Amino acid sequence: MKILVAVKRVIDYNVQVRVKEDGTGVVTDNVKMSSNPPDDNAIEEAVKIKEAGKATEIIAITVGEEKSQETVRKALAVGADRGILIKTEGTVEPLAVAKALQKIVDKEKPDLVFMGKQAIDDDCNQTGQMLSALLNWPQATFASKIEIKDKILKVTREIDEGLETIEVNLPAIVTCDLRLNEPRYASLPNIMKAKKKPIEIFTAADLGIDITPRVQQIKVEEPPKRKAGIKVASVAELVSKLKNEAKVI
Amino acid sequence: MSVLLIAEHNNKEVKPFTLNAITAASQMDGDVHVLLIGNNCGDVAKALSEMSAVKKVLHAEAAHYENYLAENFAPLVVKVSENYSHIVSSANTFGKNLMPRIAAHLDISQVSDITKVISPDTFIRPIYAGNAFATVKSTDTKKCITIRPTSFEPCETSGGSAPIEKIEATEEFTLSKFIKREEVKSDRPELGTARIVISGGRGMQNGENFKLIADIADKLNAAIGASRAAVDAGYISNEHQVGQTGKVVVPDLYIAVGISGAIQHLAGMKESKIIVAINKDGEAPIFSVADYGLEADLFEALPQFLEELNKLNSIQK
Repeated sequence: MKILVAVKRVIDYNVQVRVKEDGTGVVTDNVKMSSNPPDDNAIEEAVKIKEAGKATEIIAITVGEEKSQETVRKALAVGADRGILIKTEGTVEPLAVAKALQKIVDKEKPDLVFMGKQAIDDDCNQTGQMLSALLNWPQATFASKIEIKDKILKVTREIDEGLETIEVNLPAIVTCDLRLNEPRYASLPNIMKAKKKPIEIFTAADLGIDITPRVQQIKVEEPPKRKAGIKVASVAELVSKLKNEAKVI
Repeated sequence: MSVLLIAEHNNKEVKPFTLNAITAASQMDGDVHVLLIGNNCGDVAKALSEMSAVKKVLHAEAAHYENYLAENFAPLVVKVSENYSHIVSSANTFGKNLMPRIAAHLDISQVSDITKVISPDTFIRPIYAGNAFATVKSTDTKKCITIRPTSFEPCETSGGSAPIEKIEATEEFTLSKFIKREEVKSDRPELGTARIVISGGRGMQNGENFKLIADIADKLNAAIGASRAAVDAGYISNEHQVGQTGKVVVPDLYIAVGISGAIQHLAGMKESKIIVAINKDGEAPIFSVADYGLEADLFEALPQFLEELNKLNSIQK
């Protein structure tokens, strides 16, 4: 079995994101970048499956600028066997990413595609579902548990009401929740080894797809600031404020 | 052109966020048609037809529509989408799972989780866990939109008499199969729509201590929330998680107990009207968004809080 794992390079989850003064976007210069957190879960799950002897090859893929190779390298250091970069400039919308992934799926013919359930930068939560549609494959989104039974995958999904279990035939797309597993750290020797693993580079033109954005970003603004609150000295004062000042209880 | 709103329901009742989505849809175009896909869901069709903002109900029934698999729903939506300018649903796990599948089939770049309709093609949506708001304009002829339910008022559930048009079901997608759903039944209000939410974080230390939260929730008729840390640690189940990858809540009162206030948690609650933080670490970031902060050990503060509430003559419901 071959597994394709899609990863994305995003602003690190610990960074307090700031909006650019001219309203054209958020500040990315000199800001720490990392892999999208649920994509780490996606890689981890693929590696676990391979370690269990159920997969033979893991390919890590990303769509983005040249530097996005760092994110692929990280996946290679954790256990992916080879990498693919679809090199792009500027904003690439989830639909375009899905089209790029579709081309690679057609070429590589994986049995499973894993990725994070959403990217923490644009918070779109679209790519996996879109790829499933383009391929007309089953989709198992927001997965917090996976069991492979021959050619069937049993997936527990986190939904608003609680948990849902579905079974999907392979090949299938799985989008991963943060609770799917505990991503490992790459060891230093594995980081060194990862530097020798191959990364193939394609452009959108190579794949014959149009990735022109369809949604124009008109402006980006700061959220409204909350006015500063107060500290109360006791529980009695808190309850009194809630009752008589805020009038919410 | 009209708006096609995909109803979320459980074959018996309309789910509450559908009402918020209808309001959002009606701001894109006044002619809102609701697509109801289900199994033996005639009561839902009737309820939808009585909503004043709804101009028509399209009703499709089949056994394979029972459990809302996106693989079964999407082809039907695509089939009926031709005469519509917008396809809309709520940005909860139902809409998040379904809408991108529809959008990709139609070759549309979806706009997710909008908080405001500026015009039929221009919307505001949060990005970076709500640390920025983007105004975006869709250039696709047809739009696929998911809306943030808490940013729109629920629509009226009466005053309408829309016609119900039966439509033919599409074929079953046989490669995906629903097995089971484990819903946690609770007498408390739903987290997404509760007037008061009280949430616990890692500071609760274990699941049993959530009893302290539950006692206050019962007293205030509040929903119980949690930080991701508390859910990851197994103190409480996933449907309670508030934050960037959990639920977004906008209650009148949000009480954060033993929650430090990571960016990802703030994303799910900082629009609340009044925020209370109870934390023993006076430097915790949660205090930066709190209207009322109490620097205290929660194991002392929570029993006192309940005691003080018991002293009140009346509590708003």
